[in-house]
Amino acid sequence: MKVVITASGPTLAEPIDLHFGRAKYFILADTETGRAKAHDNTPNLQARQGAGVQSAETVANLGAEVVVTGSVGPKAYRALQAAGIKIALVEAVCPGTEALRRFKDNELPVLDKPNSEGHWV
Amino acid sequence: MPLTIAIASGKGGTGKTTVAVHLAAWLAEQGRPVHYLDCDVEEPNGHLFLRPKWTVEEEVSIPVPAVDHDRCTRCGKCAAVCEFNAIAMLNKPLVFPELCHGCGGCTLVCPVQAIREVPRVIGTMATGRAGKIQFTQGRLNVGEPLAPPVIRAVQARRAPDAIALLDAPPGAACPAVATARGADVIILVTEPTPFGLHDLELAIATFRPLQKPLGVVVNRADADRRVQEYCAGAGIPILAELPAERRVAELYARGELLFAALPPWRDMFAKLWQQIKALQ
Repeated sequence: MKVVITASGPTLAEPIDLHFGRAKYFILADTETGRAKAHDNTPNLQARQGAGVQSAETVANLGAEVVVTGSVGPKAYRALQAAGIKIALVEAVCPGTEALRRFKDNELPVLDKPNSEGHWV
Repeated sequence: MPLTIAIASGKGGTGKTTVAVHLAAWLAEQGRPVHYLDCDVEEPNGHLFLRPKWTVEEEVSIPVPAVDHDRCTRCGKCAAVCEFNAIAMLNKPLVFPELCHGCGGCTLVCPVQAIREVPRVIGTMATGRAGKIQFTQGRLNVGEPLAPPVIRAVQARRAPDAIALLDAPPGAACPAVATARGADVIILVTEPTPFGLHDLELAIATFRPLQKPLGVVVNRADADRRVQEYCAGAGIPILAELPAERRVAELYARGELLFAALPPWRDMFAKLWQQIKALQ
């Protein structure tokens, strides 16, 4: 399964980034092969608006089936739903490796509604 | 067409509305046709003083895309062209109308005409009269971020045969610029405080590139002369200094015009009008 972890740095050793839309990195991990590849999301941090929407498009293009993150706003949630991507929720910052292990061990709840307020601009 | 005057400011609460409503009232007393256009659409308040009777109310909307998914070829050009991330390509185009600025780019780039534009209401507009003064007010709906389309709609109602007074939103961002662009002359109302001066400098830097005549009104003027010194250095004329008077604040707080209780203020606005005419 292909999982995207929102991270504060380019490897899974770094702490995860709890924000989805303006996460610094998306790390695509393949749970079968154990490979991980970083996607730099920093250009999107400067988006005036719609960062969550853009990030949803990015992770969809990366081929993610699941996103492991801490908070998803209403528009990003709607976009991820449309792409058929599930959201696994981490509530506190931990290393990416730890978040991935907990996901694989089925310890992370699946988010079934947005858990963050929308932003206007 | 008679003069269009924007009454703007950097800092909020400096007296834009005070200047605008009294200028309107003075011009009306002189028998001049005048149209007051409240472009401070996030917090319109000119009506509290001029008390118009509304005759027309209208909705203001922007065009947002609606995608015909049967016709759509999933090419993704609409999502790629959108600067505002209002369309995401997720298997099919997904529209976020609340992010759309109504530019129409997606409709233009769609190679198969799968996008049509549908109106989305973002505000309202009311027109009426306050005695001899024509009055139009825009009001952006709560929670909506885009003031300029409502401001442009208000300005489109401008009566062609009247002097137009545009009560601008505070600040130096898009709503203030959208208002000032429609004017022949820009008046900046400020106050003699460090905040007033700081925000005046920002406003001057923002409005100067519009290349329209600019003048400053110092409201609640006192012994602090830094605004006047700054304006002298920047080559911007001071059109009026309105004194700080407790009585003015009392009348203002009751939504009353000043002329009946404070006749000297009528002369101040007569002089201000002469200064504005000399600006162009």
